Amino acid sequence: MSLNPRLYPLLATIGIFLVGYLISYLQFPAMLSTRVVGNLLTDNAYLGIVAVGMTIVILSGGIDLSVGSVIAFSGVFIAVMLRETSLHPLAVFALLLIITTAFGAAMGWLIHFLAMPAFIVTLAGMFLARGVAYMMTIDSVAISHPFYSMLTSAYWLMPGKGRLTLIGVLMLISVLIGAIIAHRTRFGASVFAIGGGEQTARLMGVNVGRTTVLIYAFSGLMAGLSGIVFSIYTGSGYPLATVGTELTAIAAVVIGGTILTGGAGYVIGTLFGVLTMGLIQTYIVFDGTLSSWWTKIVIGLLLLVFILLQKGLLRLTAFGEAGS
Amino acid sequence: MGQTLKRIAPQLVTLTLVVALVTVIFPNFLAVSFDGTRFVGPAVDVLKRSAPVALLGVGMTLVIATRGIDLSVGTIMAISGAVAAWAITSGMGLPASVALAIGAGLMAGLWNGCLVAIVGIQPIVATLILMTSGRGIAQLITEGRILTFSDANLAFIGSGSLLGVPFPTVLWIATAVIVALLMRRTALGMLIEATGINRAASALAGVNATVLLIAVYMASGFCASLAGIVATADIRGADANNAGLWLELDAILAVVIGGNSLLGGRFSIAGTMIGALIIQTINTGIMLSGFPSEYNLVIKAVLVLVILVLQSPNLAADWLFVKSLVKARRAKVRSETP
Amino acid sequence: MLLSIRSLSKEFPGTKALQGVDFDLAAGEVHALLGENGAGKSTLIKCLTGAYRRDAGEILLDGQAIDPASTAEAQALGIGTVYQEVNLLPNLTVAQNLTFGREPRRFGMVNRRAQSARAREMLAQYGIDIDVERDLGAYSVAIRQIVAIARAVEFSGKVLILDEPTASLDAAEVKMLFSIVRKLREQGLGIIFVSHFLDQVFELTDRITVLRNGRKIVTERTRDINRLRLISYMLGRELEEAARDQRTATKSIGQKPMLRFEGLGCKGVIEPFDLEVGKGEVIGLAGLLGSGRTETAELIFGVRGASSGAAQDDKGRIAHANPREAIAAGFGFTPEDRKVDGIVAELSVRENIILALQARRGWAAPLSRAEQERLADHYIGLLDIRTSSAEKPVGELSGGNQQKVVLARWLAMNPRFLILDEPTRGIDVGAHAEILRLIQEITKEGMAVLLISSELDELVAACDRVIVVRDRRHVAELDGDRITSEAIVHAIAQPGAASQFEAA
Repeated sequence: MSLNPRLYPLLATIGIFLVGYLISYLQFPAMLSTRVVGNLLTDNAYLGIVAVGMTIVILSGGIDLSVGSVIAFSGVFIAVMLRETSLHPLAVFALLLIITTAFGAAMGWLIHFLAMPAFIVTLAGMFLARGVAYMMTIDSVAISHPFYSMLTSAYWLMPGKGRLTLIGVLMLISVLIGAIIAHRTRFGASVFAIGGGEQTARLMGVNVGRTTVLIYAFSGLMAGLSGIVFSIYTGSGYPLATVGTELTAIAAVVIGGTILTGGAGYVIGTLFGVLTMGLIQTYIVFDGTLSSWWTKIVIGLLLLVFILLQKGLLRLTAFGEAGS
Repeated sequence: MGQTLKRIAPQLVTLTLVVALVTVIFPNFLAVSFDGTRFVGPAVDVLKRSAPVALLGVGMTLVIATRGIDLSVGTIMAISGAVAAWAITSGMGLPASVALAIGAGLMAGLWNGCLVAIVGIQPIVATLILMTSGRGIAQLITEGRILTFSDANLAFIGSGSLLGVPFPTVLWIATAVIVALLMRRTALGMLIEATGINRAASALAGVNATVLLIAVYMASGFCASLAGIVATADIRGADANNAGLWLELDAILAVVIGGNSLLGGRFSIAGTMIGALIIQTINTGIMLSGFPSEYNLVIKAVLVLVILVLQSPNLAADWLFVKSLVKARRAKVRSETP
Repeated sequence: MLLSIRSLSKEFPGTKALQGVDFDLAAGEVHALLGENGAGKSTLIKCLTGAYRRDAGEILLDGQAIDPASTAEAQALGIGTVYQEVNLLPNLTVAQNLTFGREPRRFGMVNRRAQSARAREMLAQYGIDIDVERDLGAYSVAIRQIVAIARAVEFSGKVLILDEPTASLDAAEVKMLFSIVRKLREQGLGIIFVSHFLDQVFELTDRITVLRNGRKIVTERTRDINRLRLISYMLGRELEEAARDQRTATKSIGQKPMLRFEGLGCKGVIEPFDLEVGKGEVIGLAGLLGSGRTETAELIFGVRGASSGAAQDDKGRIAHANPREAIAAGFGFTPEDRKVDGIVAELSVRENIILALQARRGWAAPLSRAEQERLADHYIGLLDIRTSSAEKPVGELSGGNQQKVVLARWLAMNPRFLILDEPTRGIDVGAHAEILRLIQEITKEGMAVLLISSELDELVAACDRVIVVRDRRHVAELDGDRITSEAIVHAIAQPGAASQFEAA
């Protein structure tokens, strides 16, 4: 049986990651340690989680620009709540996730019922979330709660002294759950259907309005979760944090092989997209002489390559159809 | 002229309301004095500070009229600012530095335009590429530092005044007027609108849509480079990380507040300029009234939402209905009065 | 009767799409629904499938009155539809498409294995054995059609509507599809078959209903009707006597032709043809929908790239590889779908009229406002365009007036060769006659016109010469007194033998 062509972009992503890792390893043998792997997961945990939500959104042909701000809001919300109230962090987490999920749902509702581009509605959401974060505090608020110290120091020491942290594991679980939702549920099938063509999806019986609301609610939920992880990672809440994370997440999704126009892609690919971007950063740190701005340029180039690849692939399948 | 006024009347009313509100809170808002060399006062400050968003808005209006969007303008600002600062510190002199910076903006626009018009990538994606990687390029030029300079000529562009008016103000008004005249005194404006509304029909009528699209993105790059030069000149340094950060969003907002549809077609540069003024008045107003400046994000968000609701195609039909009711009633009243 | 439609009516602003149409479908019957574009076929289908709500009339399914408000509801009632395109989702797997909405689940998750097994089972009934875990888009159109049929039958199971299902299939695929349709007929489904391939209609169907201009013309058993009669039902010829009056010989007999196209063709689209165009001549292009009429026009105007051939005038070769070159060569083209390819809806009447002229002058040489207004007023008067003002957005005008605006756009260019693709489609009778009168007017000045039309009387009335297109070939040319409805119908109806099947 020959390879299913829908796997090509995913394989390209994994291939690029592996080749990149190999090159890094040849240059810096220390790259192949559990320490580096553990850090790769930990450092990119918040990005990976939010990118899972973004993948679902992009699969449906939408976009969510609000997530970076929602992460910042989450951090601030947690920090301020813990400082001002005596609520247990878990209660605060639950409250936060309800808020961000409702926020996402509200945006989805506006997108569907106002028939406006997702891009502009979530842009307003981006302003709103960051604005509210600012209104709560304009300073960085440190989180000092015994429960938090516990979370921060929760890790499993892998052989080779690498740390598999709680938040790293949380990201992997999120990817897994995201993959199941996208590829193994009716909701996931509806997401792909809307991404493939809203009109046809409707003809096939998809409740487009409900699905759209759920998609953005899920993205909001993941952004909230990502905010929790980010607050554990940094131990503070800061309204100016994670500026531009939405774009990094979109880039990770695209580099992960998901087509930006929607309808095709894999959640697992997004994980590799995130790891590839993390790898570039790690490489630059290891190298020491390269400057951090090369990260942006390389990511931009990768983005271009993948978009052109998608374009070419689409054209190829179009030719295939014409020829058949 | 009368038509333009009618078109931008809602924006003018909004601006008046915002200004009135700010004046109520801060009575000195409209006070302008002459300190011997230049006019000073909060209102003058608004006119000066709205320069970057207004400049970006000019180009963005054209791009959005073609049913596109340019997310990279903030980044192009950073690149052009970096080029200008680098050129002036390398001793190239003002004309060469400015020309190089503008050239960088035009190149960036050409890149975007080719991706959109020739490769056929949707605009939001095509310009996203430059948006993410462009800051890296700007940092490459400044080598990651804030590249400062002391050239008074370049600094004049950002903080000098012409006949007492801040130079950035002169620059953005002049750019807006020139571009608007170029659009309306030549056929460009109509051809851009036709392409934005129906590219297929326009192409069949012989409009060269490809060249037009590229030109529009280049115009956006050009405007962004002017904004970048102003921003750099103002602080006498190029900050690759923060120059123009999120200004693309303000520019889009200015276009939308200006009454231009995100779905392309009819556009009004005058409307966008008033949109930019509204945004800056709100910013300044919040600052003056002692709120943390951060509040303006929430206000902007609410503003966008309100405008979105008003612009929504789903509600358009209802609006038409209400309008026709009003018209009918007026006609009735008129016919009954004599 | 499985399905009965009684005096169904549907009106859209400006057009009566359906007027009191009756239609019956028996179980175990394949019933052809025929008519040219705009005849009301798709409106009828959309009323059946719940995509449109009807204005009047009733629909009975198994004797029960039904009123589907959505396609999902129609599906649940038992009416399934397979369209030529936009059916299923090419980005989902075959199995997902087949079971969408009824996926077998376990613990709330889709059971992939059961899903694939179910899909294979469904396809096995049609004798198809493919990898159901591949994207639907990876398969040929024929397979996709069959998958769509399998899904429609599974989900609905009483009435199956096939809307141009064979348009892009080759002969072997059509055969496969037909055997499936026959099998479904034996199983007692009622099948509505819409197609413009008459050979297929004769081969497959039991009864034929013809619609024209929103009315039912006839329902007959297929074996009782012949091609000739069928085509004249479809194209209509009531106005024949009134037609063919004043077409005087302004044409250029014996003169050298103004334009010559030689061997112009495009692989798989239209076979190479020669065309000579004389000064002031009106050339008709007749043929059924899908025969290659529009493609001929697109090739001439450079909308489509030609794979062979050249154009010449008395000064030598002419480039016409894209619309801009064609315009420079003095051609004009009013496309068939004026809403999509013709008007720029939000621009004013004035701007729409001067658009092509301005594009040719270039952006830097604008027409003055006064000149624009003069042109607009001139053509509004000349063509009698009904608009409250030249500044009204053209999208707010009626269909006929929009057509006149597009026509004015080209007249303002003063082209030497104007191609009109179905210029009278969907416009009311009065405007219809006016546009024909206009064609007479403009050709007096020497402009040549290529008139594509599916209305015979229009061609007979207006043309000096009629070229008949069939199966993507120019097959006949009639001129002078030989232009009659009968002659055109005969030329179109020449049995195409198996050639219809190769149309893909």
